[in-house]
Amino acid sequence: MTPDAPATPDPVLAVRGLSVRFRMRGDTFVRAVTDASFDLRLGECLALVGESGCGKSVLASALLGLLPGNAETAGSAHLGDTDLMTAGENVLARSVRGRRIGLVPQSPAAHLTPVRTVRSQLEETVRELTGPPRAEVRAAAERAAERAAFPADHLDRHPHELSGGLAQRAATALALIGDAPLLLADEPTTGLDRDLVERTVDELKRHTGDSRALLMITHDLAAAERIADRVAVMYAGRIVEIADAGDFFGARGPRHPYAGRLLDALPEREFTPIPGMPPELTALPDGCAFAARCTRATERCDRLPAFENSVACHHTLEVQRA
Amino acid sequence: MLELSAVTAGYEPRRPVLRDIDLDVEQGESVGLLGPSGCGKSTLARVAALLHRPESGHVVVDGETVHDWRYRAPRELRTAFGVVFQQPRLSADPRLRLAALIAEPLRAVGRTGEIPRRVEELAATVGLGAELLARRPHEVSDGQLQRACLARALVLRPRYLVCDEMTAMLDASTTAALVAVVEDYRRESGAGLLAVGHDRTLLERWCGRTVHWSQLTGDRGGDRAQDLEPAGRTAPGTA
Ligand SMILES: Nc1ncnc2c1ncn2[C@@H]1O[C@H](COP(=O)(O)OP(=O)(O)OP(=O)(O)O)[C@@H](O)[C@H]1O
Ligand code: SF4
Ligand SMILES: [Mg+2]
Repeated sequence: MTPDAPATPDPVLAVRGLSVRFRMRGDTFVRAVTDASFDLRLGECLALVGESGCGKSVLASALLGLLPGNAETAGSAHLGDTDLMTAGENVLARSVRGRRIGLVPQSPAAHLTPVRTVRSQLEETVRELTGPPRAEVRAAAERAAERAAFPADHLDRHPHELSGGLAQRAATALALIGDAPLLLADEPTTGLDRDLVERTVDELKRHTGDSRALLMITHDLAAAERIADRVAVMYAGRIVEIADAGDFFGARGPRHPYAGRLLDALPEREFTPIPGMPPELTALPDGCAFAARCTRATERCDRLPAFENSVACHHTLEVQRA
Repeated sequence: MLELSAVTAGYEPRRPVLRDIDLDVEQGESVGLLGPSGCGKSTLARVAALLHRPESGHVVVDGETVHDWRYRAPRELRTAFGVVFQQPRLSADPRLRLAALIAEPLRAVGRTGEIPRRVEELAATVGLGAELLARRPHEVSDGQLQRACLARALVLRPRYLVCDEMTAMLDASTTAALVAVVEDYRRESGAGLLAVGHDRTLLERWCGRTVHWSQLTGDRGGDRAQDLEPAGRTAPGTA
C-alpha cells in the first residue's frame, strides 16, 4: 500500500467497482453493494466491518458466485486470472469454491447439512477436493477436524447436537480442506466466547501465513483488531474507509465519521447506538448515505463524496482535528 | 419471580450437561449469566423459558410451579416468556414475511385482531421499515432478521425475557440499539430479564446483576471438552 514499496506481487484478489443489486417486486432494486474496490495480497488479512445489513455478506456471496437469481452485478473481482463476476457457474463450482476460495460461513449451524454427521461431511469434502486413496479418507478428515480444534469425540454428532462454538469449528475445518489461497470468513467467531474467539482468529491468521490471503467479514471489532492488517468499513453498500488496522484502532482512530460512531457503540466505549437507521437500500439518497445520521453533515454532503485517499467523506475526522 | 431450583438437564439419559443449578430472576430485575462456550448456559436458558424439560428440579413462575414444558405447558405460562436466540435463521420460519413472523405468537393464541397495530408498533420500536417487513428471511441480513425476532418476542408483552446470545451475530451499533429496545420495554413493563452470553463487558454494562456460570455450579460445570449445548431450534410462541 505504501507508494514506494518494492514491486509487490499481483494481489490474490483485486475487486474493482463491484456492485450488486437485487431486483424486487414492482421493479424496485435493493442496492446491496455499490462500487466496491479493494485489493488483497498474499499473507494479508483484510477485515470488512460495518453495521448489520450494510452488504458484507452479499459482497462475500458475490465473490463466491452464490447470489440468488434476482441479483444483478457489475464490476470485476479478479482471483488470479479468473474474473469471478463473469466466470460461469461451472467454473465456480468446479475450480473456485472450496479449491481457490475456502469459505467459513456466517451461520455454521444452518450451513452444515443437518442430517449428516460432522465426520461424514468432512469425509465427503476430503474426497471431493483432495481425492486421497480410499483408506486414507478417514484419517484425512480427522486431521482436518484437528486443524480447526474440533474435538475428535464429537465427529459422529449431527450439527444440531453441537454448540454454536463447535458448529463454527466444524465449518472452519471444512473450509480449510481444499488449501485454497483465499480464505473468506463470514463472521467466523459468532457465538464464541472470548477465549475461543481469540483461538479461532489466531488459527485463521496462522492458516493464512504467507501463502494465503484472508478476507474476514466480522462485526467483532476486537477480533478485527487482533488479526487484521487492514480494515475496510462498509456503510449502506459502499466501502467508506480502508485503513491500516493499527491506525484505525490506535491513537489516530478512524477518519470516517460513521466508523468513529461504530467504534463508540462498543460496550467498552460509549455503548450508544448510532441514532436512526441506515437508509433503505431501495431508496438511497443521492448524496452521502450517512448524512441523515451524521453530526458533521453540511450542504456539501448532498453530493456523493468520492473515495479518495482511502476515505469517502467531505469532512473527515482528522481534517477537523488538525 | 422466576425461580429455578436444583435444575438438572441434558439431552441424553444420565449425561446431564448441567446439574443442580439454582437461579432466581425477580420481576423487573435484569440478570446476566456469563459462561464459556458449551458450558450449558443455553440449555439452562431453554429450561427457564419452558422450552426444555429438565430431568429434575423445579421451575416456579410468579408462584406457579411448572409441570409441563414446550407445547404442553399451559398457554398463560408459555406466553409469559419472550425468547430471543443467537441465530435468528434457526428460529425463523423461512416462508414467512417479517411482518407475519412478528405476528406469529399473536396468531398462535388467536388474537389476530391485534396484529396490524402491534406489528406496526413493534416494527417502529425495533427499527424495521415497511419495505423490510414485506421481505422473507432469506432476503434480509442477520441483523435485520434478529430485529424481527426481538419484535416477535415482545409481541405478547411477556413478563420475562430470555435472551440467549441475542447480539452475538450483531455489530456494535445494532447491539447497542437492540439492548436499548429491551431495556425500554423492561422499564415500561417491569418485565424480568435473563440474558445469557459470554461477553462480560456487554453483560456487565447491560444487566443489573451478572452471575458467572462457575458461581452456579461451584466450579463443577463449564467442561468445554463437552461442549454439548445444541443451538436453539424452537421458535418461541409457536408449537
Ligand atoms: N436475496 C435478497 N433479496 C433482496 N435483498 C437482499 C437479499 N439478500 C440480502 N438482501 C439485502 O441486502 C442488504 C445487505 O445484506 P447482507 O446480508 O450483505 O448484510 P450484512 O452486512 O452481511 O449484515 P449482517 O451484519 O446483519 O449479517 C440488506 O439490506 C439485505 O436486506
Ligand atoms: S460526507 Fe458529510 S454526511 Fe457523509 S460522513 Fe462525511 S461529513 Fe458526514
Ligand atoms: Mg452478514
